[in-house]
Amino acid sequence: MNPMVFNLIEKSQWVWRETVAIHRRAPETRLASSLSPIEIFVALYYGGILRFNPSYPLDEARDRCVISKGHGSICMYPILADLGFFAIEELQKVCHTGGFLGGIPDPVIPGYETVNGSLGHGLGVATGMALGLKTKNQEQNIFVVSGDGELHEGAHWEAIMFASQHRLDNLHLIIDNNSISMLGYTDDIVSHGSLANRLQAFGWDCIEVDGHNVLQVQEALVRLKNQRNQKPKALIARTLKGRGVPGLENAPLSHIMNPKPDLLDTLLDTSK
Amino acid sequence: MNKKPIAMRDALLERIWKAMGENKKVFSTCADFGSPILDKIRADYPERFVNVGIAEQNLINISAGLALEGYTVFAYAIAPFITMRCYEQTRVSLALLSEIRPMNVNLIGVGAGYSYVVSGPTHQCYEDLTLMRAMPNFRVLSPSDHVSTAALMDICMERMGPKYLRLDAQVLPNIYESADQAVKDGFHVHKSGDKICFVATGYMLHTAIQVANEFKQKQINIGVIDFIDLYGFEKEKLVKELRLYKKIISMEEGFKGRGGMDALLFDFLGDDQRNPQLINVGVEGGYRFELGSRPELHELVGIGPLALANKVNVVLQTLD
Repeated sequence: MNPMVFNLIEKSQWVWRETVAIHRRAPETRLASSLSPIEIFVALYYGGILRFNPSYPLDEARDRCVISKGHGSICMYPILADLGFFAIEELQKVCHTGGFLGGIPDPVIPGYETVNGSLGHGLGVATGMALGLKTKNQEQNIFVVSGDGELHEGAHWEAIMFASQHRLDNLHLIIDNNSISMLGYTDDIVSHGSLANRLQAFGWDCIEVDGHNVLQVQEALVRLKNQRNQKPKALIARTLKGRGVPGLENAPLSHIMNPKPDLLDTLLDTSK
Repeated sequence: MNKKPIAMRDALLERIWKAMGENKKVFSTCADFGSPILDKIRADYPERFVNVGIAEQNLINISAGLALEGYTVFAYAIAPFITMRCYEQTRVSLALLSEIRPMNVNLIGVGAGYSYVVSGPTHQCYEDLTLMRAMPNFRVLSPSDHVSTAALMDICMERMGPKYLRLDAQVLPNIYESADQAVKDGFHVHKSGDKICFVATGYMLHTAIQVANEFKQKQINIGVIDFIDLYGFEKEKLVKELRLYKKIISMEEGFKGRGGMDALLFDFLGDDQRNPQLINVGVEGGYRFELGSRPELHELVGIGPLALANKVNVVLQTLD
């Protein structure tokens, strides 16, 4: 097996375990929505997609990663710590006095670009950044990680229309399509129908993958990144909310469910 | 006065146009709202101008993103829409984010108070002072003529952070020959008085001057202060000025007692016995749909010259 592929799979497993462990220590964190985008972030940060500089997180030469589904990105904490954005000991202080890793991440955390968690903001701000980079003639990329539930926010679609109008092919929207928002399946609330068709109708290029196949995610991101054809680009990653946690995985109310500590301990023991 | 009055927006946009010529880091955005000077910006700097369409939420987000990439951004739209349609975008990606990352975004809202006279409450704007100053790091700027509006450009360019410029939609008579000092202090004393002083903002300064002139003919001297910078004003200087009086009458084209300039002054003057008593004049009676001229509408809601003169007469009795 290609060493990078092996590394990506192993990293995804490690991030999964660390995310569960963080939630075990800090039950205020959103576990289910932080388990669905793990392979997306692993592909971005370990799969050679993003350029980043842990010792200078706002380095002008970096690719910008805007995490719109802020609350559902607790899995980023172990990744950023592992890559050296901050000390690994911080993972012990999530949601604790004196720490800076909160229940919903803020850009006081090195590696976070914008204020998110209030949903539907990330793509619009990222679109402004993409326009800014184009205007400055800089070739860096913007990646936005959004949930599918937050696509109910109208502001998202204002940005989607704007990005294709302005041919922002430096802009990449990755949708963690776990199909569940707080009160159930998005299809039962306000269905997106075929997201790919919708985005294509709005002038975006679109690829759909199994969001838990980290290799597929990585390959798709490489393809999208290398493609500069005057169109903004979307990757729809089909994922499972609460993946790997019995009772939580794909449960319509998983967003607000807290698994029992005993269950988490057992999972942590068996996944070592 | 040697300058012919022009619209506040044109005075400011002229300076923005000039700044865009001198500085490649200045960007203009708008939500499908124009002016002849904006046409000049569109024509001369198309690469640093963008019309997001009728989409104020996106106006704020795009402007925030541009600011994060190092641009000084001027976002231009109708006042109630740029303040209220996109309030949470403003809170999250301008007010909150600029606490952590350096950003310079200037929101320009046209249509303060009743300045869109016949358009009714959707286009009139009586809540913006309250809402924008509710965000503690937002610099709220409310000029009274085109000269002071243009003078605000220095603050916009030099001071980081989020700002809201509340501009009148009508051409108002000139007040200033030069407003540099007024903008620096955040307020300006137009007239000194004996026992009563008006503190007015925006259009209401013109009403204040008119009413003060009427009382002057009755040998009653009322002071008049223009309050321009509701965030960065020189506090020591202002309190020293206000302590010369027994009563202060605040005047704003916004709802009375709902957190606007009156709340600022109540809070500012506090319960220090050395400070004068504050009487607040603002829009009363809620949302109204009647048609009329601006002065007629003002009388209807308690902020016209007659209403104000009555208020002064009552205050005068308490002073005897």
